[in-house]
Amino acid sequence: MNAADKKRLLREMLFARRFEERCYEAYVERKIGGFLHLYPGQEACAFGVLDAARPGHDYVITGYRDHVHAIKCGADPKEVMAELFGKETGSSKGRGGSMHIFDTKHHFMGGYALVGGPFPLAVGMAKGIKLKGGDEISICFLGDAANNQGTFHETLNMAALWELPVLFVCENNLYGIGTRIDRSTAVVDQYKRVCGYNIPAAQVDGQDIEKVHAAAKIAVEHVRSGKGPYFLELMTYRYRGHSMSDSNAYRAKEEERMWSKRDPIIMLRDRLIKAGEMSADDYKKMDDDVLDHIENEIIKFAEESPEPKVEELERYVLADNDPWVKGGAH
Amino acid sequence: MAELTLVEAVNLALARALEIDPDVVVFGEDIGINGGVFRATLGLQARYGKERVMDTPLSETLIAGMAIGMAAQGLKPVAEIQFMGFIYPTLDQILSHAARLRNRTRGRLHCPMVLRAPYGGGIHAPEHHSESTEALFAHIPGLRVVIPSSPLRAYGLLLAAIFDPDPVIFLEPKRIYRMVKEAVADDGQALPLDVCFRLRDGSDVTLVTWGAMTHETLQAADRLAQEGISAEVIDVATIKPIDSATILESVAKTGRCVIVHEAARACGVGAEIAAQLAEHGLMSLYAPVQRVTGYDTIMPLFRLEQHYLPTSARIVTAAKRTLEAA
Repeated sequence: MNAADKKRLLREMLFARRFEERCYEAYVERKIGGFLHLYPGQEACAFGVLDAARPGHDYVITGYRDHVHAIKCGADPKEVMAELFGKETGSSKGRGGSMHIFDTKHHFMGGYALVGGPFPLAVGMAKGIKLKGGDEISICFLGDAANNQGTFHETLNMAALWELPVLFVCENNLYGIGTRIDRSTAVVDQYKRVCGYNIPAAQVDGQDIEKVHAAAKIAVEHVRSGKGPYFLELMTYRYRGHSMSDSNAYRAKEEERMWSKRDPIIMLRDRLIKAGEMSADDYKKMDDDVLDHIENEIIKFAEESPEPKVEELERYVLADNDPWVKGGAH
Repeated sequence: MAELTLVEAVNLALARALEIDPDVVVFGEDIGINGGVFRATLGLQARYGKERVMDTPLSETLIAGMAIGMAAQGLKPVAEIQFMGFIYPTLDQILSHAARLRNRTRGRLHCPMVLRAPYGGGIHAPEHHSESTEALFAHIPGLRVVIPSSPLRAYGLLLAAIFDPDPVIFLEPKRIYRMVKEAVADDGQALPLDVCFRLRDGSDVTLVTWGAMTHETLQAADRLAQEGISAEVIDVATIKPIDSATILESVAKTGRCVIVHEAARACGVGAEIAAQLAEHGLMSLYAPVQRVTGYDTIMPLFRLEQHYLPTSARIVTAAKRTLEAA
């Protein structure tokens, strides 16, 4: 990864951090509803992996902590914020909300609220890609706690048996809502659980974007070359509670302090400064630009956007003007 | 034109869909090499290859979820669940994702998938292999629930279901899979969804039903005719969204209605039809609406199943009750 890429990724991660922090404020101000699960602390996972893949081209799904993945795939942050505000200009016209961001144009095929729910979809998409002969891959982000759902095992089995182009990315942030992984899961190293399905797997530091990127490059190449699925486990940490309604009282302060010293943004920033690629002032300017952009364009857009159309409440349940309700020939 | 059973008509429609549209894929447990537990997919893998006609593991949640993922890739997946009693692990996928993708994305994504399952009693099977739980799915916004009652309707409705842009739960009444044969032309002609089929015209009472119960209901209509009572018989076919206009129109003419289904009574689709009549057709009714249904119990084992399933005698009795009222 060259210095320009590192600087670009630093900016992207910083943007994601500030975006999420601004979401926090907007939620407290009651401008965002429909719950909110924030990403700070885990940025190197989404950016490290997707930067090594082809965002906008590869098909991506994830769980409910999904804003940042959508944006990295190419979703317009203005539309994502408007979606959180529940406005008509949102990425799903204010009907999906925080946990259901979609941008099918950029092949971001959804955040999903239900834990473990979308795993089978990732395999179905991979089968579709394979049948149509495309060179895309299906990338399925998942959390460590989701791996205790039955869908995890059903999905791994199918992906391996059919040698499907799926990259599973486990962002292991050590907590399933409020329960630490060693209290919920017999095997805490998630990559080990995959061995039983003959899927190659690796575990890397999810706070160091260079390490994530390097591991993801190997994983993506494996999957894209037709060798079947790959499982990448990234050890990471979320700074806030599971959601906005989570008081986060279950984690030791010492543990939080330890992880805050391994902040993916600070680590990359300090590395760039030490290498003489940027100065502290450069970083400050970058941060100011990002904050400006979020406030003056993104928040402004969401604030000023119209309310969702109540007259469309019953639309989009089934297709409008469906020809098959009248019969027809094929 | 070939004389086909209902299950053969299902096979013919699947073959036709695979033939004319490369995006159609068929999969499920035992459906490839073995041709399916009821042979609905017999010969399809040999003709269309194992990339498009796929045997899957015994993983129903996965089967349903994969179908959604394939639909999101522009395929038209048709998945088979071996018996309706095995369909419940799919509910999470069907209710939480298949039925909601269109709404959640405001139309940017939709889910043209079919989940086929044989359903209903009368084949001497245990509970999970005999029950009729169509109302569970009919309650879910964003789904179609379609039930054919004859070879012709199986062919035409399954084609429509496969090409329809929304998810369809297609329930096949397995008791009548091989009961009657009918001439079915393999012309690719789909039948309309979301409409009832009037199987018999009549003027005294409307008998409303679907699935295998159309046979008992038509028998009941014959017996009523022998006693000079003219019964109209309606096959609902698409039970969600339901074509209440046709039912209301018929009841406006006859003034009496008997609803027949083999599913348990409470909160069954019959309750919805009765509610529609109460809301929109009360002034045309001469008598209280009657329901002839299964019972609010677990589907019994084979020695008792004939006591559970509605009979033509019970339908005749209910029809006469509506005539005695006024």
